[in-house]
Amino acid sequence: MIAIVDYGVGNLFSLKSSFAHIGIEAVVTGEKEIIEKADKIILPGVGAFGDAIGKLKSTGLDKVVTDEAKKGKPIMGICLGMQLLLEKSYEYGEYEGLGLIEGEIRPISDVIDKNLKIPHIGWNPLLIKGEKSPIFKYLNDGDCVYFVHSYYGAGCEKSTIATAEYSHELTAAVAKGNVFGCQFHPEKSGNVGLGILKAFCEIGGDEK
Amino acid sequence: MITKRIIPCLDVKDGRVVKGVNFKGLSDVSSPVELAKFYTENGADELVFYDITASAEGRAIFTDILCEAASSVFIPLTVGGGINTLDDFDRVLKCGADKVSVNSGAIKNPNLIYEAAKRYGDQCVVISADVKRVDGVFRVFAKGGRENTGMEAISWIKHCVDSGAGEVVLNSIDTDGVKGGFDIEMLDKVCEVVNVPVIASGGAGCIDDFIHLFKTLPKVDAGLAASIFHFGEVGISDLKQELKKQGIPVRI
Repeated sequence: MIAIVDYGVGNLFSLKSSFAHIGIEAVVTGEKEIIEKADKIILPGVGAFGDAIGKLKSTGLDKVVTDEAKKGKPIMGICLGMQLLLEKSYEYGEYEGLGLIEGEIRPISDVIDKNLKIPHIGWNPLLIKGEKSPIFKYLNDGDCVYFVHSYYGAGCEKSTIATAEYSHELTAAVAKGNVFGCQFHPEKSGNVGLGILKAFCEIGGDEK
Repeated sequence: MITKRIIPCLDVKDGRVVKGVNFKGLSDVSSPVELAKFYTENGADELVFYDITASAEGRAIFTDILCEAASSVFIPLTVGGGINTLDDFDRVLKCGADKVSVNSGAIKNPNLIYEAAKRYGDQCVVISADVKRVDGVFRVFAKGGRENTGMEAISWIKHCVDSGAGEVVLNSIDTDGVKGGFDIEMLDKVCEVVNVPVIASGGAGCIDDFIHLFKTLPKVDAGLAASIFHFGEVGISDLKQELKKQGIPVRI
């Protein structure tokens, strides 16, 4: 069973539906016991970093997620959920993240060409970095995924498993041991995205 | 590199797709859910569901249909039509919409875009503008293109973007339905003043119209059309193959 962590930000309808579509049981939950019992954890998120990390901490779920990660349970952060995995963010202030992966969140305006639009929105092909991560088991060369973001992971090169080119290679996905993060939205990336979720669910044996 | 998006638009009334649809192999050609699946499998990058229902009953059916579509189609969904309040945003976002497009609602209530962007984020709010030339000036039209608001369109669109709209759908009433190509002049004017994605709508008649659009105006991010896709005059996968051949980045 997959636990989709519900800490009061964002709409989890599509995420939950996408697991149902690939035949995997997923529950949307804010309960510690259920998250601890789950085989794998999805950390979603939309909106601003400060608000999200505040809610995660006030519900005590930050500790649940980091404890489970340290025990070796596979965890995947999606979009803002990926950003929360890093150490720090500079979105509207300065906030501490979960620190499960090194690096920090900075505005993409720091690195992209001035004439490009912000947010980085739309379908962009993933460029695999290093050895192909198990979450990309079903991914083919040139496959595109759907992005919507104005901030990106910086200083996480050691854990970067994919980038997307937007005049600069922006961090698209990270992994460190059992902890994974996708800046893009697999639940909005068609069959390619569903394949990534499926591959994540299959880490360490078939998920039912 | 970010790819150009191809977006079919479905007009839905009382839970059914209106405008004749003619596809082989679809069990129910006026089912929005069936059609959404068909387009997704054939390479659509995003879908727009436009609710043209007037009644409350019809609106409830639309919301159910949206939930069903969002449970089986995993690409971005934009919903428009009858969006006048934050409650309307809430209603469709809960059913799996990713973006909400406002048109007359933003004209009636100037704060709607700002309030919605503050609550749901800029990326969620799309300004959809129906624009027509009147005595050589671009004017904003309301009520599905029937009523001239008298507002100058380019400054109105810029104002909407400054208020928080994260995307612009520009529908040219002058070229809509003519099938003689997109309104390059109008689109160019809008692209000059905004720095958010611009989606061209109105006028597509053939594949060449899309090639011309993206080659002439590299700042345009997407092309939207309805009947040419519904009638099978242009297949989305053929269109994208052709765009790719022309060196225009698309998701295949």
